[in-house]
Amino acid sequence: MFADYTLTELTSIFAMQGFAGLILFSIFVLMALGLAIIFGQMGVINMAHGEFMILGAYITYLTSTVVSEYLPGFFDMYFFIAMILAFIATFALGALVEWSMIRHLYRRPLDTLLATWGLSLILQQVYRTVFGAREVGVSLPDWMMGSYAITDMIEVPINGIFVMVLTIIITLAVYLMMQKSSLGKQTRAVVQNRQMAGAVGINTEKVDRYTFGIGCGIAGVAGSAFTMIGSTGPTAGQLYIVDTFLVVVFGGAASLLGTVASAFTISQAQSTMEFFLSGSMAKVLTLLTVVGILMLRPQGLFSLKIRR
Amino acid sequence: MQCKNPYRFKGGLRRPLRNSLQNSLIVLIVGMIFSVSSFAAPPTKEVNTTGLAVDDKTVKVGILHSVTGTMAISETGSVQAEKLAIEQINEMGGVLGRKIEFIQEDGASDWPTFAEKSKKLLVSDKVAAVFGCWTSASRKAVLPVFEQYNGMLYYPTFYEGLEQSPNVIYTGQEATQQIIAGIDWVVKNKGAKKFFLLGSDYIWPRTSNKIARKHIEKLGLQVVGEEYYPLGHTQFNSVINKIKLKKPDVLYAIVVGGSNVAFYKQLKAAGIDMTKEKPVVLTISVTEDEILGIGGENIVGAYAAMKYFQSLTNDNNKAFVEAFKKRWGEDIVIGDVTQAAYLGPWLWKAAVEKAGSFDIDKIRAASPGIELKTAPEGYVRIHPNHHLWSKTRIGHAQSDGQYKIVYETAELIEPDPFPKGYQ
Repeated sequence: MFADYTLTELTSIFAMQGFAGLILFSIFVLMALGLAIIFGQMGVINMAHGEFMILGAYITYLTSTVVSEYLPGFFDMYFFIAMILAFIATFALGALVEWSMIRHLYRRPLDTLLATWGLSLILQQVYRTVFGAREVGVSLPDWMMGSYAITDMIEVPINGIFVMVLTIIITLAVYLMMQKSSLGKQTRAVVQNRQMAGAVGINTEKVDRYTFGIGCGIAGVAGSAFTMIGSTGPTAGQLYIVDTFLVVVFGGAASLLGTVASAFTISQAQSTMEFFLSGSMAKVLTLLTVVGILMLRPQGLFSLKIRR
Repeated sequence: MQCKNPYRFKGGLRRPLRNSLQNSLIVLIVGMIFSVSSFAAPPTKEVNTTGLAVDDKTVKVGILHSVTGTMAISETGSVQAEKLAIEQINEMGGVLGRKIEFIQEDGASDWPTFAEKSKKLLVSDKVAAVFGCWTSASRKAVLPVFEQYNGMLYYPTFYEGLEQSPNVIYTGQEATQQIIAGIDWVVKNKGAKKFFLLGSDYIWPRTSNKIARKHIEKLGLQVVGEEYYPLGHTQFNSVINKIKLKKPDVLYAIVVGGSNVAFYKQLKAAGIDMTKEKPVVLTISVTEDEILGIGGENIVGAYAAMKYFQSLTNDNNKAFVEAFKKRWGEDIVIGDVTQAAYLGPWLWKAAVEKAGSFDIDKIRAASPGIELKTAPEGYVRIHPNHHLWSKTRIGHAQSDGQYKIVYETAELIEPDPFPKGYQ
């Protein structure tokens, strides 16, 4: 298939394909981090993850509308404010959901699955009632659109670079939070041994609420960022949920490093195969490979070694 | 006036228009008289011999669309159009002196639910007609029900063809009407030689691209790539690279739903400028409705081949757009399918009046040949194969989310749901 092309054409296409893979990788990490925290650290299967992302997207939409209406001079920078607002809103909703629903179900993981699925349906209908059934168009400042030409042939989408930088920042922040901050240490203590953590004076309920809230908050930021590349509608969250679970489960539920590694593997495999095969075929092969590996290694790529 | 109206060549536009205005005024007045003194309407036992929900004053019809679930995005416009048409018909005095009452059911984007609700409408409610369905999957699900209980469905969406049921009137275009005119136009006007076909992975894009490929190859031109992505796919960077490598003259895109938004945003972000000459993006799946979600600035410069655009400048359409906005809000946009849905109640009314009866069999017999001169798209006529004769237009996407019409076929195109040589 490459016989007709010159060497420069091929190099530049492969370079661009490399970027495509990296962008997909960043997107997967961003989607999956929030879920990995909730699923990995708390054992809660949050089926409403996609809807939290879309809440972030709607907050971005509202911010863009308000800013372009009242503060048009400020429009270039609104996206950063939108992301912060998205985090706050989804964090608050996440904490509320944890308090009203999830905390009653900690000993019943399958029931949380059902409850959060119900929640996702409720949220979808709420979005439909509030924002209408149609998708909304989020307008972006000009500097975030278009592409940056490295050479004549190699062009990198700016929103891709934006997502990559954002992913690196959020991943580092989550890593530092889990490893260094007292909340992170408490969270890990609660994950490892809830009774003991409670016995040494950690308020496990509060830790749960914050962890769930932060997981949702990151989903909100992801959703906000995805307004650059995807649609914002009541059911758009469903577009992401399968890939998100795939990444988290494949990576090994309890490990953030696993999430990153699995996002990398899946994104590279998928974008390479998409280039050489058709899109649907690439998806089938990716899923088959993941299923195959999970059959051999049910705990996922990485897992905490703990005595049971 | 940019768009050519057929009546201009057949002895002027003004006269039929004035006549039709006069007629509608007369009908309105007569209708008002009828509605106060119902004895003037033909007796129910004559116009309804099969036990439909028709009495001396009212006739019940069904509206069956998804107002919840994924498809609600697309189907909302159709519901609004059908309700508007019914209200307008009622203002004119209804059908055979009877007011139309609608029973709305929600298909909930779930195909078995569509089948169940259509059975409810036909069997328990005994509606005289149903306006509804959007996806081919929902139509296929209700088809056996309509055929078993002998109902009449007015189906609004452009679709892949390969179907002709005695119980369905297809008010949207079938695939060949949309595709062949579009490809001919792009070949003639843009000198296109190499095509890249892209679609979401299900029956409509696949069948449509098959027809497109056959037609392109018949013209002696080249298809350099054909790709399908799962419904709901949101990452198109790899295929965009592939498109850049293959350098097609035309990117023929039939991407639908949420994928649409992702595809056009990423196409723009990847530096493919649709306002430039190459590649020309030609789509048959993006109406004004979809552009709301995509954002006009992300799709400006693309071309769409359809039978209706909101920007059509004929008088029918001006009145329609004004009425639609008055009823449903100034900000609303009207896409191809919405207009086709609007035709449904009017075509049914015309068939009932021609047949002088609400009986399904009589409506079916009366339907072929029925004309609608008041259609917003200009003029339509029902073909014996239950599809509509219609024109195809090419729209050029503008940054305000509207299409500017750059071409219109001179003649009505014959619907051909089973095209020979294209299967």
